[in-house]
Amino acid sequence: MKKKQSQEMKVAMTAGKTGRKKSFGKTLYNNRVLLLMCLPAVVFFIVFCYCPLPGVWIAFTNYNFRDGIFGSPFAGLDNFKFLIDSGQLWLLTRNTILYNLAFILLGNVFQIAIAVMLNEVRRKWFKKVSQTVMFLPYFISVVLIGAIAFNILNYDTGALNTLLRETGGDPIKIYSMAGVWPFVIFFCQMWQQTGYGSVVYFAAICGIDSSMIEAAEVDGATSWQRIRYIILPSLKGTFIILLLFALGGIMRGNFGLFWNLVGGANSQLFPTTDIIETFVYRTMTTQNNFATSSAVGLYQSVFGFALVMFSNWLVKRIDPDYALF
Amino acid sequence: MKKSNKIKLDKSTMVLKIISYVVITLWAIICILPFILIISASFSTESVISKEGFGLLPKGFTLTAYSWVFRYPKQILGSYVVTILMTVFGTLIGLFIIAMTGYALQRKDFPFRNGLSFFIYFTTLFSAGMAPTYIWVSRYLHLQGSYMAVFLQLLMTPWLIILMKNFAKSVPYEITESGKIDGAGDFRIFISLIFPMLKPALATVGLFLALGYWNEWYQSSLYLGSSVDYKPLQYYLYSIINQANALKNSVAGANVTITALPSNTLKMATAVVATGPIVFLYPFVQKYFISGITVGAVKG
Repeated sequence: MKKKQSQEMKVAMTAGKTGRKKSFGKTLYNNRVLLLMCLPAVVFFIVFCYCPLPGVWIAFTNYNFRDGIFGSPFAGLDNFKFLIDSGQLWLLTRNTILYNLAFILLGNVFQIAIAVMLNEVRRKWFKKVSQTVMFLPYFISVVLIGAIAFNILNYDTGALNTLLRETGGDPIKIYSMAGVWPFVIFFCQMWQQTGYGSVVYFAAICGIDSSMIEAAEVDGATSWQRIRYIILPSLKGTFIILLLFALGGIMRGNFGLFWNLVGGANSQLFPTTDIIETFVYRTMTTQNNFATSSAVGLYQSVFGFALVMFSNWLVKRIDPDYALF
Repeated sequence: MKKSNKIKLDKSTMVLKIISYVVITLWAIICILPFILIISASFSTESVISKEGFGLLPKGFTLTAYSWVFRYPKQILGSYVVTILMTVFGTLIGLFIIAMTGYALQRKDFPFRNGLSFFIYFTTLFSAGMAPTYIWVSRYLHLQGSYMAVFLQLLMTPWLIILMKNFAKSVPYEITESGKIDGAGDFRIFISLIFPMLKPALATVGLFLALGYWNEWYQSSLYLGSSVDYKPLQYYLYSIINQANALKNSVAGANVTITALPSNTLKMATAVVATGPIVFLYPFVQKYFISGITVGAVKG
């Protein structure tokens, strides 16, 4: 009886499959409206994302404008060899990864801390006003952030040096001190992103089953205990998933911020501030060196692709629901 | 609330509360201070700034810098018009396309949804990079020096489509079905039934798009350079801040010596003028924005 049933099902299934295959044109036709609805977006991504892909060939040539992408002389792996031999590629990779690690780890910890504190605050107006204010930096352009930093840090007129002079201290030339910049950039990134991140975590806290917290309160748990044993553990999931996805993007940087803070000419600072994107942009726009720029870009894409695959695999192992594909 | 007042707060809870108020207040001050600094600087007297440097309070009070910004109003007003047009049309068109695509891609009865989703998502996994894209757009699409290069490339991102798709998923499928039963086509269902229900999503995604257009400087720096008369606002600000010559150019035609130009305060006044509108818009849309990112956040 059972066997017969399953056989029947199998027949039905294969029939369905071949039926589907045969009428592919019909499936297209039946879904023509939905397909047309997707068409503008698909065309967009073909034109602006897929069409440039063959251009990565530039990385293997001595590109010059006259001969174009496929007419320029073939250079093999010379571009990459030069980048590796000069130590440039290693420096860029190191900086990009270290900055991202700091942003991801310390940044998330700070955002969680702010979110937890927001949850402790009971006054509604305070919550609202502080959230609004903390979110404000997210809305302004990186150009302005660069200008603000310059206003505070520059030697001649910077607010920091003004303060130092007024209090009898010695002004400092921050724009020629490479060692300070990782801290400056990290601070600016926090300034820009904390509001956004803490709102995400705050929402996760608000989503915690309130009966759990009430029960803990009835049992006489202190705030510390509530945070330690209920709130933080329930944020763990969100935290790990966000962390792993951030890991996939660890080869990419917040280009606009770095570029507007440091600029393209202050080479004194490059050893500690140059990341892949700033290098790619600079070699392209100021040196017109498209080949080297493409080589670094391709390296970033390939390395980044591998990392995303790896982190997605990790997420899948931890919680398949959150995997991207 | 009343209940927690009755329960005697233990010491650690009190300490935690105080720390929370203090830390949040401090961070909020840090967030707001630079804005005060910029505004103060824009009202300061140039000579005092170059002698004493920037401070938190205006040094002297003058509108000179602003009068310079609007002295030859064609430049700044042109930038405003370009930016506003791009922001309005880019946001409307982008929003419509994103909503349409997001809705279609989550329809359970759409057999191509996974394939197309991956087709779009793949562009975030692997990209050609800056230089090949630049060469493609400028040499092959011939968009160098055209506003279209900037306008088109900011229309949508895979991330915003995925965000919209997740929103659309929360609209019950029964609504689509009821439309089908009434004999409406897919596009009709989307326009008259689904679109109105996506309001919070449209507000969120629209804000992201508008923000992208308003704060745009990067594509402009690649594709527009100095080949257009009116640079988008943030790129205009970018060139004023980064090149001494840009200042001279911005008041071109004027027989002024560059030394007469209040460069420090002028930069700040331009910054205020270029940033103002988006900051004023923000409190009105904040509500939608926060509700939006919290839905899309975890599975973005």
